[in-house]
Amino acid sequence: MDIIIYIALTLIALSSLLSFVRFVKGPTAADRAIALDTLSVIGIAGIVLLGYLFKRYIYIDLALVYAVLGFIGIIVIARFIEKAL
Amino acid sequence: MFFCPEIFKSMHTYKFSLKKFIYSFVIVLLIWYGFTTSFEPTELITGILISLIIAYISVKNFNCCDPILMMPSHILHFIKYFFVFIGALIKANLDVAHRVLSPELPINPGIVTFKTKLTNEFAKMILANSITLTPGTLTIDIIKNNFYVHWIDVTTEDPEKVYKEIAEPFEKILLKIYN
Amino acid sequence: MEIIHEILKYIGLAFILIGSIFLFLGALGIYRMPDLYNRLQAGTKASTLGAMSVILGVGLLQPFWLIKLIIIIIFIGFANPLSSHALARASYRAGIKPCCEKEIDFYGKAVEKQLKKIKKNYKT
Repeated sequence: MDIIIYIALTLIALSSLLSFVRFVKGPTAADRAIALDTLSVIGIAGIVLLGYLFKRYIYIDLALVYAVLGFIGIIVIARFIEKAL
Repeated sequence: MFFCPEIFKSMHTYKFSLKKFIYSFVIVLLIWYGFTTSFEPTELITGILISLIIAYISVKNFNCCDPILMMPSHILHFIKYFFVFIGALIKANLDVAHRVLSPELPINPGIVTFKTKLTNEFAKMILANSITLTPGTLTIDIIKNNFYVHWIDVTTEDPEKVYKEIAEPFEKILLKIYN
Repeated sequence: MEIIHEILKYIGLAFILIGSIFLFLGALGIYRMPDLYNRLQAGTKASTLGAMSVILGVGLLQPFWLIKLIIIIIFIGFANPLSSHALARASYRAGIKPCCEKEIDFYGKAVEKQLKKIKKNYKT
């Protein structure tokens, strides 16, 4: 049944590609920040799936730290766009 | 310039209460153990130090989890809220799927407003998060009691009707819990 | 015991597949929508449910990891709408208006009022 996990990983790769296109194209800085936010959430899902595929528990810790850091980074970028920092 | 000088002002005027401090310290420590899930002595000492600092900084804004909320009836309300929320989340995602996949993008966006009856700040945050995750709406800002919501398919502009359509099922349960 | 494990495995795989499809739809929304706020709407909802579903699916496949995975799910459920709200507020205040023809906008006046008040307090 590993084939379903490979299909899911392919879909995740495609979606990260799509939001990366928006990240490069986006007319304003805020658009790029939105694409970055979505990319980080997609990345968390991908890391957890890879952790299951490789049977390594350390990947879960990695996903948790990445979630926290991504959230803080987006908040800081938002404050910066608002010209309040 | 807009970096909330009120926060620094209220640091001196706030009246420190030990009971609340210990309670918030315990909650922050529990969150620390949730994140690390290990009981080695070094992690324990680091966790206690960091939660002391965080609890000292944030006691005055700490109003999320009163001990009264652990009553069984309130927990029943929380479970009911959870199921209503999950239903709305799934509906929202089907809605997004329909909008994204249809070739001509059926959208009619606008920013509407409504008033809330909630007073607790944490309850307001829960309501705002729930509104963001329900079909076609996104909370932009809360100024005092007014919610400003970006709506992807505007049907009415009247605040009363907007309230009925967007926020009523969630706010009914939250009012029972927090008042 | 074996049967329960087997059933959990199939449910988990279904969750993973559904979640990855929703992640893809969210990214497609980010790519296709015409305007910043609409992009934010599609992206936030679909990516939140997609990531939650994938992580829960992995938790059902590996029941020993379930506690930490549920903590990640709760964190995503709180953090993702908060960050999208912060981005929407910041980009409105930076001067990016909603795009489309029929414009209904109650928020602009409130922002102007608040900024005036802050400026007055700042001077005195």
